[in-house]
Amino acid sequence: MSAAIRSFQLPMSKDTASGLTIGEEILLSGTMLVGRDQVHEQFQKLLNEGKALPVSLEGETIFYMGPAPAPKGAVIGSCGPTTSSRMDPFTPDLLDAGLVGMIGKGPRNSAVKDAVKRNGAVYFYAFGGCGALYAQKVESIECIAFQEFGPEALYRITVKDFPVIVAMDSSGNSLL
Amino acid sequence: MGKTISFSEIEQSVYNAVVKAGVILPGDVKESLQKAAAVEVKHESAAESRGSSVMRKILENLDAAESMNIPMCQDTGMVMVFADIGTEAPVALSDIDTAINSGIETAYKDGFFRKSVVLNPVFNRKNTGNNLPAVIYHKLVPGNKLTLQIMLKGFGSENCSGLAMLNPTAGIQGVIDAVAKIVSDAGGKPCPPIIAGVGIGGTADRAMQLSKRALLRDVADEHPESDYADLERLILDRLNGLNIGPGGLGGATTAMAVKIEAESTHIAGMPVGVSISCWADRKCRIILGESS
Repeated sequence: MSAAIRSFQLPMSKDTASGLTIGEEILLSGTMLVGRDQVHEQFQKLLNEGKALPVSLEGETIFYMGPAPAPKGAVIGSCGPTTSSRMDPFTPDLLDAGLVGMIGKGPRNSAVKDAVKRNGAVYFYAFGGCGALYAQKVESIECIAFQEFGPEALYRITVKDFPVIVAMDSSGNSLL
Repeated sequence: MGKTISFSEIEQSVYNAVVKAGVILPGDVKESLQKAAAVEVKHESAAESRGSSVMRKILENLDAAESMNIPMCQDTGMVMVFADIGTEAPVALSDIDTAINSGIETAYKDGFFRKSVVLNPVFNRKNTGNNLPAVIYHKLVPGNKLTLQIMLKGFGSENCSGLAMLNPTAGIQGVIDAVAKIVSDAGGKPCPPIIAGVGIGGTADRAMQLSKRALLRDVADEHPESDYADLERLILDRLNGLNIGPGGLGGATTAMAVKIEAESTHIAGMPVGVSISCWADRKCRIILGESS
């Protein structure tokens, strides 16, 4: 049997992030941002124009995800990770703006790796395709901005025992 | 001539099949995933337990989707339909696409599937709100049936598609290398363990279309021609040596199956198209007009 799975609270400090090593499966509880392609494009546009983002990224973790609609009585619909590499062009700027954690699936490019090292951030692998499983881990959801993008809006969710694997640690070591 | 295949019969059967396909995998795919999970457990060591961990989560997720009756994956895809129309089938041709689209629209609404289609790929990426249009291919076939083979095609895997226009002399090794390169470049992006659809021959576009048709085959079936069956095994072995593994985190199972469809081609070339299905290989088959 493997050792007990460790649990961590979100938001996560950079100190905590730097104590994580690749390959470890952990459980996350607390709050995280949710955003994918459209949110990233908008964030970068605002940063380039020197404008404020709709939410501070300081200390935040973002989950690359666009949920399916919630059935009646449910908090959220199916909600697994999307492919992270599409966010790569925008990611270094967001990390430099204070983002600590990222959750998605698949490999990242070398610019992201450099920015992770530079900022002491962390990238988590979430189990790809497991949207129903993740729906069971979400306790609440609110739309923060960009509602017009539908499933691609910016959300904040509260999760409990949300399973991930550390895929890139704060030194830039990567599993993927 | 048999009973007419009505608009509502097409619409209803598409609805029933699609609303289920997003939630419950076909038996052949589920069995293949269970086999992959057993393989990963066998290879499990202290340092290399991740493939096994991913497979356990995938199987847990299938149970969760079924028990909650929600889609197994939030990307419920763009719908692809291969409509094989019998030249003697008692159906109004003008009904086929509209009935298919109507069935899809209602299934996506009732099933709480995500609507993932945008209107204009470049200038107006506004969500159409009903997951339409579907991509529909029509083919005339002998007989009096209407066969609809449907895939819910997620784009994590679709974005990893590839085409290699090989030299006519590239041979078996050329095909194996071309498929391995596309799958290797995809890495963990398409949610492995994957099923690789390989279309060989025709023209560039035809090879791509054949690669999708190849994905419609049952995971456990064997190509009827022994040389292609052998080639499927050779490619599968090569892919499973890449150590991409479940989720791209390493392991013995990168692909569960390789399916080839081949057609005649030009003296100057050998097109090889590759389409990848993620592990959530959501597909269904409807045959209408069977009874007379």
